Amino acid sequence: MAETVFAPWDDANEKPLIRFRNVTKRFGDFVAIDDLTLDIYEREFFALLGPSGCGKTTMMRMLAGFEDPTEGAIELAGQNIAGVPANKRAVNMMFQSYALFPHLTIWDNIAFGLRRESSDKVAIAERVDEMLKLTRLEKFARRKPHQISGGQRQRVALARSLAKAPKLLLLDEPLGALDAKLREATQFELMDIQEKTGTTFVIVTHDQEEAMTVASRVAVMDEGRVMQVATPTVIYEAPNSAYVADFIGDVTLIEGVARARSTPATGPATSAEEPAPAAQTVRTPQPNALGLWLHDKVLAPVIGARKDIVRQLPPPSATEAEPAPNAPVEVPSGGVEIDWADGQPPLISVDGDPALDGKRVKLALRPEKVAISKSKPQAVNVLQGKVIDIAYLGNLSTYHVELANGTMIKAQTANTRRVARRDITWEDNVWVSWSGTAGVVLDT
Amino acid sequence: MNRLSPFNVVSLTLGFVFLYIPMLILVVYSFNASKLVTVWAGFSTQWYGELLRNEAFLDAAWVTLRVAVISSTIATVLGTMAAYVLVRGGRFFGRTLFSGMIYAPLVMPEVITGLSLLLLFIGIGLDRGVLTIVLAHTTFSMCFVSVVVSSRLVTFDRSLEEAALDLGASAFDAFRLVTLPIIAPAVISGWLLAFTLSLDDLVIASFTAGPSATTLPMKIWSSVRLGVSPEINALSTILIGLVTIGVVAASLATKRAAVQAARDEQAAARAA
Repeated sequence: MAETVFAPWDDANEKPLIRFRNVTKRFGDFVAIDDLTLDIYEREFFALLGPSGCGKTTMMRMLAGFEDPTEGAIELAGQNIAGVPANKRAVNMMFQSYALFPHLTIWDNIAFGLRRESSDKVAIAERVDEMLKLTRLEKFARRKPHQISGGQRQRVALARSLAKAPKLLLLDEPLGALDAKLREATQFELMDIQEKTGTTFVIVTHDQEEAMTVASRVAVMDEGRVMQVATPTVIYEAPNSAYVADFIGDVTLIEGVARARSTPATGPATSAEEPAPAAQTVRTPQPNALGLWLHDKVLAPVIGARKDIVRQLPPPSATEAEPAPNAPVEVPSGGVEIDWADGQPPLISVDGDPALDGKRVKLALRPEKVAISKSKPQAVNVLQGKVIDIAYLGNLSTYHVELANGTMIKAQTANTRRVARRDITWEDNVWVSWSGTAGVVLDT
Repeated sequence: MNRLSPFNVVSLTLGFVFLYIPMLILVVYSFNASKLVTVWAGFSTQWYGELLRNEAFLDAAWVTLRVAVISSTIATVLGTMAAYVLVRGGRFFGRTLFSGMIYAPLVMPEVITGLSLLLLFIGIGLDRGVLTIVLAHTTFSMCFVSVVVSSRLVTFDRSLEEAALDLGASAFDAFRLVTLPIIAPAVISGWLLAFTLSLDDLVIASFTAGPSATTLPMKIWSSVRLGVSPEINALSTILIGLVTIGVVAASLATKRAAVQAARDEQAAARAA
């Protein structure tokens, strides 16, 4: 029996816990949040990811009740919460600085919120002890915040914000003050606690690895707008823009002009692989600028928010077999070719959107999907270049290869053997290659 | 540590001599057996005994103490409230004007403050006495409290208050349970400052005191005009002693707290 996948965002019947509806927040002339619409579901671990100043902290402060939106509405469980003060919201926040009360013991810090709403001493003590147990802080209950370590303080802050069993817990850069090892351990602890308590978590972070590790969905933000909201896998493997591709992980972007492929470039038309799903090749009618404007400004209140067409690639199929090293490659049909440099073969992406025909596009390539070798391999895309730089990271090595026209491309190999002949070195002439499904074609 | 150079030794000596010789002379002469202030006639503690039998001085001391305690307490409450609003209140209309006005009395000549208060009390027909001195002292020492407290509030981590609100505390509870305990040292030192200012104020008290209430500085001043008596020396020596004990005790307490905190943190680091 297959376990049901947690994906309430795909279920049309599911009611979101939080709805941002066309929220705009201005500070004077500065637009911190620009017409943002976003749904967050119950039990989600939702990450707001972006560089500093992108508006993620403002969104969090609006949820906590420390800022009010200039325009639009924020709904929590169907209720508009604009105007509800912070101390009346079933939302708790874990602050970046932890904001532990220095004059109170750990026990009293955790009990603070409980004491505000009830005077039942026994119930409070029970709940505090439960929280101490959950965060493994029983030994430190009588200490003051300055008498414990950074990691313990982080857990106290978490226990304190969870004590009132909020509908929604906000975490503002919760692991920023911890060192790398402790941060990693704490990430798993956070996920564990989130699962145990079933609370909806919204985390703000600028650390993309952290967002990818803990979150069920990630919203990548830039300058007050949400660029993409999706699961970590989709964000990484199928970014919808060059910005997202570049922000998450390492990527090489190759610019060129797309051309729809009607016939396969080489080999017979029959494909060994599954053909790309039909949805990818069918052109969906796109509204023009006037239509978008009409919808957003006039019709949206009546017929609801526009369903943006998510251009989503199919997840890489598990049955996709590595071709034998010397067998001739069969290039499946469909997709696009990208003319990127004079005198160079076009780059093939079999699941690129043919609708991009004739447009300037960027091909986003993750370094780990680019192979490097000294002899010419058999692959859909093969290019020659020279090794300029090698970054040895222990588990991985990243090669920076300069192509004939000066484009730099990154290729990564996993160092799976301890003693290996790493025969590729600086200034070597090498071949870089990748499959027809490795790259993502992005509209510029 | 480096040894002091001769130049440093000389400047240190000169500085201390300049500061403490006048007080030292006062203390020495308070034990003078002679009634003449400038003639040494052997050691005696008789003037301390005289002082305790002097009803006028004891009355003045009692008035001074009451005025200082009441006025500094009211000034601390009002000054802390003013500081809180000015630092936390955000941008409201006239904020700059208000914050400028609260600091103005700091640089206002005392004679002017005293005179204007006198005119006010006469104008509203308030009988001059302990009450008017308390009101006058509250007025000017409140500014000092507000300066001390607002400098602490500026460095206060605002997210602590937000955390309290977030956990369901009302704005007043957040202040009472979180802000106030944390800024308490600043509030206490504001109170001590106000208390000291009230204790040694002569000018404003002279303007606002009536025949029924005389403060100690006023009493000393009027006695000295008739000639310095050894009793005054004895009284001043007691005041110096009290201030010294207070300062030493306060600094010892602060140091002990710091040492204790450092030890706690080390213990925590070991346990972690």
